[in-house]
This record gives sequence, C-alpha cells and structure tokens, in this order.
Amino acid sequence: MNANIRVALVGNPNTGKSTLFNILTGLNQKIGNFPGVTVDKKTGTSQLPDGRTAEIVDLPGTYSIYPKSKDESIVFSVLADKSKGLVPDLVVVIVDASNLKRNLLLYTQIADLKIPVIVALNMMDVAEKAGIKINVDLLAKKLGVPVVPISARKAEGIDKLKIAIAYANNVALQQDTIDVHSLAPGIIAQISGEMQIDNPYVALQLAHQHETLSYLSTEESDRIEALEQEHSFHSQKAQASETIARYNFINDLLYDTVTKPQAAHDETVSNKIDKVLTHKVFGFVIFFAILLFIFQAIFSWSAYPMSLIEDLFVWLQAGAAKVLPAGPLSSLINDGILAGLSGVLVFIPQIAILFALISILEDTGYMSRVTFMMDKVMRKVGLNGKSVVPLIGGFACAVPSIMSTRTIENWKDRMITIMVTPLVACSARLPVYTLLISLVVPSRNVWWVFNLQGLALTAMYVLSIVSAVIVAFVMKFVLKARERGYFIMELPVYRTPRWRNVIFTMYDRSKTFVLQAGKVIIAVSIVLWVLKSYGPGDRFAQIDKQYAQPQYTKTMTPDSLTKVIASEKLENSYAGVFGHVIEPVIKPLGFDWKIGIALISSFAAREVFVGTMATIYSVEGDADKLQSVQEKMHEAKNPDTGQPVFTLAVAFSLMMFYAFAMQCASTVAVVYRETKDWRWPAAQFAYMTALAYAASFIVYHWLK
Amino acid sequence: MKLSQLAIGEVGIVKEFTDLEMSVKLMEMGCLPGEEVRVSRIAPLGDPIAISVSGYQLSLRKFEASTIILQ
Repeated sequence: MNANIRVALVGNPNTGKSTLFNILTGLNQKIGNFPGVTVDKKTGTSQLPDGRTAEIVDLPGTYSIYPKSKDESIVFSVLADKSKGLVPDLVVVIVDASNLKRNLLLYTQIADLKIPVIVALNMMDVAEKAGIKINVDLLAKKLGVPVVPISARKAEGIDKLKIAIAYANNVALQQDTIDVHSLAPGIIAQISGEMQIDNPYVALQLAHQHETLSYLSTEESDRIEALEQEHSFHSQKAQASETIARYNFINDLLYDTVTKPQAAHDETVSNKIDKVLTHKVFGFVIFFAILLFIFQAIFSWSAYPMSLIEDLFVWLQAGAAKVLPAGPLSSLINDGILAGLSGVLVFIPQIAILFALISILEDTGYMSRVTFMMDKVMRKVGLNGKSVVPLIGGFACAVPSIMSTRTIENWKDRMITIMVTPLVACSARLPVYTLLISLVVPSRNVWWVFNLQGLALTAMYVLSIVSAVIVAFVMKFVLKARERGYFIMELPVYRTPRWRNVIFTMYDRSKTFVLQAGKVIIAVSIVLWVLKSYGPGDRFAQIDKQYAQPQYTKTMTPDSLTKVIASEKLENSYAGVFGHVIEPVIKPLGFDWKIGIALISSFAAREVFVGTMATIYSVEGDADKLQSVQEKMHEAKNPDTGQPVFTLAVAFSLMMFYAFAMQCASTVAVVYRETKDWRWPAAQFAYMTALAYAASFIVYHWLK
Repeated sequence: MKLSQLAIGEVGIVKEFTDLEMSVKLMEMGCLPGEEVRVSRIAPLGDPIAISVSGYQLSLRKFEASTIILQ
C-alpha cells in the first residue's frame, strides 16, 4: 500500500468510530492482525483532498489508555512501539459530542503521548437535540488542536475532516493537559533516563503496562518491576489519582465551552424503549420472539434464492458434462468440484440473512440490553452477561465469537465461554440440519403458522443453547477463578441500524465464509474424489473383468450394469475401504460406511458433509438425470434390506452427532490461538466428541 | 449510604469508593466523586442495575454498586 500518511482512529466504544472508518475508507479495507497478538487490525485507504493517500487504522474502542481487556491492550502499543513502524503520523480521536466529558478522558491521555492529534466531534446533531451547545472554536483553541464537527451517520463534515487530516501538522501542537511528572516523579525520571524515552507520559505508561507490553524485552520489564519496588509505585493508586486530575482538567475545559440545559430529567426515547424491552415479563418474551423470528426468517426468506443457486449448479453440471469429454477430468469437475461447491454456495442466502439480523441487533443497542437482562442467569451457570454476545454470535460462527470473548475481562468466565461456544448451532451446521430435516420431516404447518421443519430446526437450536448452559454449569465447578469479575458496562442509547453497516457486514461475512469454507471444501472434494475413484491393488480391474463376463452382460440391461459396477467400485475404493474400517465404531449410531466417509471428512469443517454426500451419492445417480443432493439421498437404499438409508432415526442421530462433535478445524485453531495452550482445544475436542457419540447412540436407539 | 441502596428514580452524589480496583474502572467511565448518579432501572431478575451518570447509562452489578458510597 503506497500511503503517504498513516492515521489511527481512536475513541470510546459506541461513538461511531467504525461508521467513520467505513465512510473514510469505503470498501478499500482489509482485516489483518497486529504483529505478535491476535487482535484484528482493520486498515483501509482514503483519498485526501490534496491528492495524497492516507492509510487509516481502526484501533479497538476503549474508554482509557489503561487496558481492561485483551483488545484494548493494543491501543497503547500501537501508539508507542516505535520498533514495528506502526506508530501513526496522526491520531484522529473521535468523541461523542453528547457526552464530551467522558470521551475527553481518552483524548487527554492520547494528547499527552505527544503525537499529532485531531478531534472529530461526532453526533453533533444528537447533542443539539439534547440542548447541548458547544463552542467548537473555543474548544479547539483551548486544546490547541483542530476540532472538526461531523456526523458520521449522516456522512456530514467528512470533507472538512479530510482537509484537516491533509493539512495536519507533523509535530504535536496540543496544549499540555495535566502535570504528568507530578503523578510519579521518581519513577518517570528514572525510566525516561534509562530507556531514553523523552515523553514522561510514555515512561509512566511503561511503569503501568510493562507486564503486558510484548515489545519490551524481559530484561527491560524486570528492570521496570525493580524500579516500581524501589519507588513504591502502586499502579492502581496512580491510575486513580491520574483519572481524578484529568477530570479536573476536563471540568475546567468544559466550564466555558459547553452549556447544558439545566438538569432535564424528562424521559428520553431510549428510556421509554427500555421500559418495554427490559420489562420483567415482556423483556424475555420479546427476546425469545426475536430469536424465533430469526430462525423462521432463515428458513422462509432463503428458500427462493437457494433454489436459484441449486438450479444454476444443475445447469452448470449439465453444461460441463456436455462440453468435456467423458473421462477422469469430466468426472473430477462434475462429481468432485462442482458437486462439492454447490453444496456450500447454496447456503449463502441463509448465512447472509443470519449475519444481517445479528448485526442489526448489535447496531441498534439491543444486544447490550440482552446482556443486561441475562447477566444474573448467566452468572448462575458460570458465565457472564457478556457471554451472551459470543453465544448468540455462535449461531453465526464460533470463530469470530471466540475471538469476541476478549471483551470478557474475567479469565474464568472467558475460558468457560470459549469452551461452550462451539456447542451453539453455528451456520455451518445449518446446511446439515436443513438437508436432513427436509429429508425426514414433512413440510407442513401446525397451529396455522409454524412450519414443522422450522420447528424441528428451532428445536436443534434450543438444544444447542441448553447443552452449552449445562456444560458451562459443570465447568464452573471444574475451573478455579484467577481474579474477580465485574460487569461495569455502558448501555448505549437505542439507534436505528446503519443499513450501510448491516449490508457491509452481511457482504463481508458471507465473503469470508465462501472463501474460507470454499477452500477447504474444494480441497476435501478433490481428495475425496480421488479416494473414491481409485482403489487399492487391482480391485477395480477385477470388477471390470468380472462384470465383462457373459453371465452379467447377457442378463442385465447396460444401465443397471453400469450402476452395479459403480457401486461395487465405490465399495472397493480407498474411501470405501476406509469407511468399512470405521463402520464397526459408528454402526451403533445407525451409520453405514458411506456416512462414515462424510463424518470423517467433516472433521475439517461441518459443511463439508453436504458436499461429501453429493460426491458419494452421485455415483449411483442416473447419468441422464442430474439431481440435487437431497433427491439423491432420498433415493438412497440400503443394499441388504432395500429400505431407505435416511430414516427418521438415522437422520436425527446424525444431527445429534453434528450438534455436539467438534468438527471444525478453524475453531480448534482459534481456541489454541486465544488460549495459547494446546490442552484447551484438546479437552474441548475430547468432551465434545464423547457427548456427540453418546447423544447419537441414545437418539438412534430411541427413535429406531 | 451505598448506591446499591437507592430505589429506581432516586438520586445521589458519589462521595467515595470502598474498592480501589473497582474505583479505577468506575472513574474512567465518568462515575467519580462529586458526580450525580440516578438509578434508572433494575434488570428483570433484580441484578444488575442501570444508573445514569455523566450523561449516559451505565450498568453494573448490585455488588459493584455497593462499593460506591454516596454523600
């Protein structure tokens, strides 16, 4: 990226920071990682009015430079670690004009690091509505930095902000805020001297944060620790007196720059909404109604686009079969790649709907009310109100949800949340469930409105939440707490969702799903195709030879002969041999060796199941009649009994297995990344597989 | 008097904190001595509570509220 200037966006949570980031960068953004840590780094580029390009870095939202969670710890290191070349040329501090006082705390901390700063005064319209008057020019004069009023939501003032960025000074001109030196004179002087740090506030931060800063060497960190002892430096006491000093500064600052209406305690709209949404009875009723609505929407809204995608692939496969000469290549493309790919792409509509609805819930501020309502219940089972967001996010995908547990400050709460999140029915299970449910559950309405298939799906989702809660409750007694947890959290005012944001999230997540899952699925499809197209030794040749004998060619039609040969070959292929090896283990669950192949390949990713089914059963399909996976599975018969393979018992047993088993390589990887210890993902894998086996066994024998 | 003892709609002024670790977090969030706090609602199950402080809503558990002493 050829950026001329690097700009970091810093601000409190819920100040419209990501909206501003999206406006500034448009679709020119990418998500990476900060070096050494697993915190998402969102960067993008923005064209400045003077023709230069700015690289914009979106830093995690935080109330203060003192980190309370893993994500927040990145802010100071990006601003101070000169070794990695990440230090921005300019920081844009975005503040909420309707709540200047609290927002300016972070500004004063950033300003004291003496990096050039611009203040973006967001939500001016909200402040005006509330009767707050801000003398912007005086504020800018007193701070010594440009203050640009904007409305990120309405995209107002963005041009002026870009001009301010383009013409910003490359030296820090801001006024001092508080007397940093006097906070801890001895230790600041000594750290500054020994480590050649010219900024006293950076030196003070090293004293506070040296234990968590990855860029300090062990010797440096130990030396600072020794200095702390020497000067009897108490981090929390120092933080408390610094915060008080900063608020004194802010109060002086706001005294003649901001006028507020006299104590207007009248009901705000947000308060009125809260009275209903967090009501003793209605609150929970509404919450469950919203969840039910989401699942119904996933089914009913996606039906039409899904059938379009299915038709497209049937058409593509027919086309490929015509164009390509018959042989291994045609077979690989049709039965391997296209069959596998269609199995995944068909679920884009459902995933997009799910992500859109979840992002609306977060965007409106409703999700934090859910956290507020559920905290007491969640605490009973060893979780935390904040675990609700990862758990609900788990309906979409466990990977980002496990990453989002970083907002949970308490170690034990966070670990339990990580351990149970993969039990929540993620979107990758959705293809498996919808396919199996549509095979065995009739599509008709009960009680006029509820679709029987939708109800079956809802039951699977409820089961997932119930199991997560029970496992969490057990773990509450297994794990030992390391520190006390707290639940001090802002309840943002309700807002209408930013539709641009919703659409962007929907697009972004679906893209990630297709790219990540797509890669795995194509790879697995090709491997599977090879495994089922070739067999050990000369078994295939012998089958060909056997069926070339006149007792077969004379008595059977060519059509049924091809079918018999194909299924004989599948059974003798590498995949078939392997499936037979594991068959004794999965037979008690009602699964045959073909399902065994799908189960094993699904340990890479659950959604591979559908593609695998498509690949395996395309062997038996009629060559002239290209069918969808569902039709193929519906017609699948047990060769010994002639009965359909997918009975109610088998389908539900399979769903149980997918509900509990840890069949997702990405989740295993992310759990390791978040816990930095292989024992966590190993324990998770073991307990989930054991649960899966037991649940499938019980359900199969109960329904059989 | 502790913040946790206020009923919905009641107002108080923060005097001091009994817990240093909690006080650091609370003060950063704008809940500091001299500031007016008002209990705006209590969660359906009785805990946590939501207070309005320095122009916005803050939720905290009853236990956490009990570390805030009012004037």
